[in-house]
Amino acid sequence: MHTRVFQLLVDNTSGVLSRISGLFSRRGYNIESITAGVTADPRFTRITIVTSGDDDILEQIEKQLAKLIDVRSVKELKPENSVYRELCLIKVEVEPEKMQNVIALAGIYHATIEDLTENSLMIVITENQSKIDTFINVLTKSEYKILEIARTGIAGLQRGTDGVIWFD
Amino acid sequence: MNGAEAIVKCLKSEGVEIVFGYSGVAIDPFWNALKDSGIKGVLVRTEQNAGHAASGYARVSEKVGVCAVTSGPGATNLLTGIATAYADSIPLVCITGQVETSQIGSDVFQEADVIGAAESFVKYSFLVKDVRDLPRVFHEAFYIAGSGRKGPVLIDVPQDVQEASIRDFTYPESDPALRTYKPTVRGHIVQIRKVAKELEKAKRPLVCCGGGIHLSGAGEEFRAFVEKFRLPVVWTMMGLGVLPTEHEMGLGMVGNNGHSNANRAMRECDLLIMMGARVADRAVADPDLTFDGKVLVHIDVDPAEIGKNVGPTIPIVGDVKHILADLLDMDIKCRPHEDWIAALYEYRSERRTLSQAAKGKSGFVDAPKFVALLSSMLKEDAVYVADVGQNQIISCLNCEIRKGRFLTSGGMGTMGYSIPAALGAKKADPERQVVAVCGDGAFQMSMMELALIHQEKLPIKIVVVKNSYLGLVREHQKKTYPGDYTMVALGDEPDLKHIAAAYGIDWFLASEMKGLKERIKKFLDSEDGALLEVRIDPMVDIK
Repeated sequence: MHTRVFQLLVDNTSGVLSRISGLFSRRGYNIESITAGVTADPRFTRITIVTSGDDDILEQIEKQLAKLIDVRSVKELKPENSVYRELCLIKVEVEPEKMQNVIALAGIYHATIEDLTENSLMIVITENQSKIDTFINVLTKSEYKILEIARTGIAGLQRGTDGVIWFD
Repeated sequence: MNGAEAIVKCLKSEGVEIVFGYSGVAIDPFWNALKDSGIKGVLVRTEQNAGHAASGYARVSEKVGVCAVTSGPGATNLLTGIATAYADSIPLVCITGQVETSQIGSDVFQEADVIGAAESFVKYSFLVKDVRDLPRVFHEAFYIAGSGRKGPVLIDVPQDVQEASIRDFTYPESDPALRTYKPTVRGHIVQIRKVAKELEKAKRPLVCCGGGIHLSGAGEEFRAFVEKFRLPVVWTMMGLGVLPTEHEMGLGMVGNNGHSNANRAMRECDLLIMMGARVADRAVADPDLTFDGKVLVHIDVDPAEIGKNVGPTIPIVGDVKHILADLLDMDIKCRPHEDWIAALYEYRSERRTLSQAAKGKSGFVDAPKFVALLSSMLKEDAVYVADVGQNQIISCLNCEIRKGRFLTSGGMGTMGYSIPAALGAKKADPERQVVAVCGDGAFQMSMMELALIHQEKLPIKIVVVKNSYLGLVREHQKKTYPGDYTMVALGDEPDLKHIAAAYGIDWFLASEMKGLKERIKKFLDSEDGALLEVRIDPMVDIK
């Protein structure tokens, strides 16, 4: 089992996201996260999918995605030449006197505090998945109690100008 | 002009001559507009059969088949027809009426989300919300259905869109320039050259052809190719009839229901060229072992099929018609392999015939012999439509196809396919002899179409191979739950003589081998639609 990140450029038609997620469910593929957003050209949407499987499955996923009529391109975003980012919001229960400790910890991870009440903090972190995982891990193992987490799944782009698709 | 009239104009522009379907309020504007258009509407007796009839039509006419049904239950009834066409890559455009745009999503009368329901077995689907989109949508739909790996395309048209007025109607002329869909047509020449090289090296070459040869209209090129290089040929169920079954290079059908000698050829060859076949589970029992140490060439128009079930040595993506033309143009010097051909002929002569395996008691007809006899008595270019079950396997293994076609539901295995598909085939080519062969189970799933056969005076010949059991499942239960049959006995069945009479169809009976030929002749020579009841021993297994 490997995890792989695919980037799709798709026609921005109604139902395109359901066609793509439907493909994963009906063929029994895993989908760890999926994010979608319109590109600079409103006719197209860029989708980043994190999926896992063995080599044969991953090859089939790529081919079956490419076969969908709405899909303009599918490419793998390899970790060594791509930038991945995920946004994660974490609500932590903290006693007032320990707030500073949490804020300091968040600072180490370049996270920001977006909300503060007398007994809770909301931390926002934008990072790659493994850093977010580490941060959550650190929080979980500390004395603070995580109340809620919301993660977006990653968006990614390949570095440099190779492989950029120019719209016609 | 309203939307419905625009749809009819779109169909006219696509050269459509016939639409199979069923009426209902949400599709009525369309039928009303079709009435005096010159395009014929054919009223099947249940929506599923509109899909099958359009499929039979598409396969014989080599055009895109069209069907139209109403919203809600009409659309959901059609789903099996769409899924069946999808599994066999048959090009269809399926039009469904939909409730009014403003009511979509509010669970009004006869509303169903057919786009969502059909999502996993359509090539593409459209919900038309603006009447001005109709020309573009239909143009794209026909293009998508009939190009690349063919398949069904669904167009859902709300009633108010059919009734809305459209001012400017222009139908696009050239192929649509779709931003995201560009099917590969030409095979990569470097890959094709590699195949040529392998052909020169191979000691035991073999070609396996699938339904893709029919779909690409490459029958002539295929025959020229295997004759030129004297390549032995096996076929999948969908590839049956690509070569005449008695062709000197033809060995038989592969797969777990296939001919033993054809499977043996697959095991022993050193070069296997798969053309327009997806190496499906029923065709290759154990794909990994089958190709151990062999050179496997896989030619398919759908890149996703290559490597899905087996990893080929040389993959070629493209339309097999073009690839065959390229191969025929090349100067290939095949290594002589007459000893291999001689060995294959020997295997063929030793093949265990079904007649030996399936010999029933006296007082019944021997089904394999019947199929062989029937097919030999058909006209040279007849269309033979087999249903699903024992009759399908007996047909595949024993029927003789010369210049005709063999149609069946291969991928989905949809019972009840044969009669409506035969109906569509007959509509595609009224001069051609069309025979549907089904079991008594499948017959009772589709016998309502006898009404249409009578109404349209279609001289379709229907053979009902009757054993009062769902035979193939009974056979499965015999092995899986020995002696414990359940849900397979059809019991004291309706009298087919009376059924035929009720629908105004001639009935013939064959219940013994004696005089069988004369009975078949009478049945085939009868003027209108006719039904031949063939009684076979219910407890005879075919495997």
